[in-house]
Amino acid sequence: MAAAAAVAGSLLLTVGCSSSGSSSASGSSTSGGTNWATATSASAGGGMSALIAAAKKEGTLNVITLPSDWANYGTIMKDFTAKYGIKINDANPDGSSQDELNAVNQLKGQSRAPDVLDMGTAFAVKGAQSGVLAPYKVATWADIPAEAKDPNGDWFADYGGYVAIGYNSAKVKTPPTSFADLLKPEYKNEVAINGNPTQASAAFSAVFASALANGGSLDNITPGVDYFKKLHSVGNFVPVTASAATMESGQTPIIVWWDYLLASEIGSSVKTLKIVIPSDASYAAYYDQAISKYAPDPAAARLWEEYLYSTTGQNLWLQGEARPIELSTLVKDGTVDQAAYKALPPAPAGNVTFPTQAQQAAAENIVSQQWSSVIG
Amino acid sequence: MTLTVRWLRRIAGIVPFGVYVTLGLLLPMIAVAIGAFETNNGGFTFSNVSAATHGIYLKGFWQSIVLSLLTSIIPGILGLLVAYAIFTAKRGKVLRQVAITAAGVFANFGGVPLAFLFIATLGSSGLVSQWLTSLGFDPYAHGFTLYSLTGVVVVYLYFQIPLMVLVILPALEGLRPAWREAAENLGASTWSFWRYVGGPVLFPSFLGCVLLLFGSALSAYATTEALTNGTIPLTAIQIGSFLNGNVIAGQENIGKALGLGMVVIIAVAMIIYVVMQRRAARWLR
Repeated sequence: MAAAAAVAGSLLLTVGCSSSGSSSASGSSTSGGTNWATATSASAGGGMSALIAAAKKEGTLNVITLPSDWANYGTIMKDFTAKYGIKINDANPDGSSQDELNAVNQLKGQSRAPDVLDMGTAFAVKGAQSGVLAPYKVATWADIPAEAKDPNGDWFADYGGYVAIGYNSAKVKTPPTSFADLLKPEYKNEVAINGNPTQASAAFSAVFASALANGGSLDNITPGVDYFKKLHSVGNFVPVTASAATMESGQTPIIVWWDYLLASEIGSSVKTLKIVIPSDASYAAYYDQAISKYAPDPAAARLWEEYLYSTTGQNLWLQGEARPIELSTLVKDGTVDQAAYKALPPAPAGNVTFPTQAQQAAAENIVSQQWSSVIG
Repeated sequence: MTLTVRWLRRIAGIVPFGVYVTLGLLLPMIAVAIGAFETNNGGFTFSNVSAATHGIYLKGFWQSIVLSLLTSIIPGILGLLVAYAIFTAKRGKVLRQVAITAAGVFANFGGVPLAFLFIATLGSSGLVSQWLTSLGFDPYAHGFTLYSLTGVVVVYLYFQIPLMVLVILPALEGLRPAWREAAENLGASTWSFWRYVGGPVLFPSFLGCVLLLFGSALSAYATTEALTNGTIPLTAIQIGSFLNGNVIAGQENIGKALGLGMVVIIAVAMIIYVVMQRRAARWLR
């Protein structure tokens, strides 16, 4: 605890020096005492150039669990370092969301503690509840849908996608466009999901989406389980764990999965893959960004977020076949990377809604009770 | 003094095994047993055990037992026959080596690759299924599906039969040819040899091997998971959802209660085994 206070104190000093040195920039009237660890936006801390100067002074940024081949993070990190001369340490690239929260608590006060986090919403909410996240709002805060962020700024959605139908157009002659279509006899023995919904969140989301398509709601996932029962009874459901291998070998020509994972994981080996978001259900989920309250590099952490939510950062995610949260703004402004944008199916109109924690928990219980009665 | 040293020397050989069993079996089992009766805050509760013995989880236990019985008794008998054929084959040496090696490989072939192998052959649009269909017999039109309990049984046979061959061969090799000759000299038919000599000698080992298969089937996980994605209620997979997944959070202790249930099933199987073993080996005393 004392160590944490000392670190925070010294950071305060260095940051103070740097921003007073660059007070001529941006005409800001803020005095030199910006404490970036508590700044809730760039403008509150003295503007972008003050932030950049402070971050450069810190010189390092600690990220955690970012695989370089996931959502284009390898390129993103390289570009950030090239642009600002800030060195990035990526700890535990293959770790989980839980590992991130553990690191925040266990490394508290150390210079190698994580600055920024990228995790699943359940874990972001958990982190916010335990008070380890520092609220921050990026410049483009207004472009993030209200349902996809904590109103206080503790966490905010970064990238994700929609539940989609991916099919091998070489084998599936009539393109399915909805969950209702998948029940047609022509798709006999063709439809699969990529896991057990009581274990894999992608498969769970497929059940949630099918519930929305069949009279269910975020409060009622049961029609989704019933849908898969029906899909099985008409003989269309192949209950194996679908992958690029099962699609290539012809066992599962149709897979219900995240659109961006279909594009990256299957599209790379099945060139005839087509992805469509079902017309009768749009169900999306996003990962979230958050800044650790104990970030040893608080200015760099905030600059990283500003960078990720700039046009450059958003387009880099898109190039990694992940759907950035501000995609619709990019499209509207014409700043989107067209080639990357066309690799994903167009997003459905209307606002995205996400289940609350209570709805999610209730749905999980129902699926864990009912899923194994789909066949046996 | 010398007595203690002698005693220490006597048990020294068993110490590594003792440590191994304690760390690998006893401690985890105690942890599971304790967790099964704990709330998430560490208080005492029966609710985990109650959840684990009702509804879909009770059904899971039932299906797991049925599956394990089927895939221990059927491969037990088939494996014994195959092993006997290998054992009695003329010029058996090469054949035996090849068969044992192959059995060793097949018995350890499992998990996702095995599941995929079956999906690609016996799956709904698998090679063999399509070939049979082209011959005029569509197995899927006649009620067969790989993604059912029957399908899982078929897949388990793939590794259970070779496992049986591996473990029963040494027992068969203990069957001396001289006994057969002696029995024939005394006028025994093949049937009476097996009824009064071969059968009683083999039966205790046979039971032990079937028990081993039962345990192997009860705990098999990855193959079934890749094949059915949890659409068939089986205890091992249900435990996986609680401990392993990223969907259900905070209910690990129900998983532990299910684990405790599996310990109980194996314990009951062991007791049945011991009783039958006693009876089968009565002639030895």
